[in-house]
Amino acid sequence: MRLHLLALLAKEPAHGYELKQALEQTFGSAYPSPNIGQIYVTLGRLEKDGLIRAVDVEQSNRPNKKVYYLTAKGRDVLTLWVDEPTEGPRVRDEFFMKLVLAPLTGIADRMALINRQRRHYLSLMGDLNALLDETEPDDRVATLLIEGAMLHLQADLEWLERCQEDLA
Amino acid sequence: MTHAVLKTVNLVKVYSGGAVPVHAVRGVDLVVEPGEFIAVMGPSGSGKSTLVHMLGGLDARTSGEIWVDGKRADTLSESAWALLRRKKIGFVFQFFNLVANMTVTDNVELPALLGGASPRVARERREHLLGALNLTDRADASPAQLSGGEQQRVALARALANEPSVLLADEPTGNLDSRNTRDVLRLLSKVHKDGQTIIMVTHDARVAGLADRVICLLDGEIVDDGRIARRRTGTAGAVIDLR
Repeated sequence: MRLHLLALLAKEPAHGYELKQALEQTFGSAYPSPNIGQIYVTLGRLEKDGLIRAVDVEQSNRPNKKVYYLTAKGRDVLTLWVDEPTEGPRVRDEFFMKLVLAPLTGIADRMALINRQRRHYLSLMGDLNALLDETEPDDRVATLLIEGAMLHLQADLEWLERCQEDLA
Repeated sequence: MTHAVLKTVNLVKVYSGGAVPVHAVRGVDLVVEPGEFIAVMGPSGSGKSTLVHMLGGLDARTSGEIWVDGKRADTLSESAWALLRRKKIGFVFQFFNLVANMTVTDNVELPALLGGASPRVARERREHLLGALNLTDRADASPAQLSGGEQQRVALARALANEPSVLLADEPTGNLDSRNTRDVLRLLSKVHKDGQTIIMVTHDARVAGLADRVICLLDGEIVDDGRIARRRTGTAGAVIDLR
């Protein structure tokens, strides 16, 4: 979440709760609602690393509020993050490890493992279908996130089919 | 207890036309209860399409039994199968197979008329289905004037025009882009909620995710047959893990 917060602060200085709201508004229904405690912990670390600085703002009859500003160092880190290519998902799949190793233990056979996993993926897909149904079509960011998750699941299912053809 | 909409007993299909006989379906036992939505999955060549075509009488079985609505169907003649299909079975294919020189309206009304519905009943059902599919303003168009997604929706309307006991579908979204797939998904989901029994061959996991039961074929045999759990967590964060 460090870099997401830096990106939001590059747009304008903000306090913790505003950052939480900005994340929710940008990503819509598809984003796991960010925990305010986690946001403050992350901001504390970013400040310690010199990537942001906090300015106390006095409030009448309430404790001071901290507004966070991106530092030059923070901007450099953010630029590096935006400019470098992003790693794609790797096949270091926990299920695949089970599939290869579990039959050695005699606990489960591969066919049963694959079948159970397929049902699980399809159940996740059902959830994504329901989520997409509830999402406003013009909420482009949320829609694209859900579609991305669906395409990954589709690939997982196709790979499962390949495993079943070759291993089971 | 309700009776099965569809049942097979040790259903077998062997294609013996070529040099070597091909065992496409090897002893499938299946019971489909009313209102079920079954996704049939499996690799290419695993016998999915052959199975579904046999269930609709479009492909003759080699041995075994097929029961539709409690009546033995595998022993029927081709013309008797055709009659049964008109009354009990709706079919949707990957390619829409609409009658090219008939309007959308006529394509949808024809099966109802062939099935013995009066012109008034056929018209009412057509109006209802085209309305539900947002196709009312395309009623006078010919299939060539429609997009792929619209043609598939018309094909669905046609398949549902007879209020069939079971809707059989073979890769209904196989030829559609993602937006049109979404339209067809919406419709399938809706008719399923209204109680329509559906058996659908699909490679598309989004479509399979709507089903409440999955059957997986491998080399002509069922290797998995089970329910797909609905977790319905309600919170997006539990579905999408954003790091």
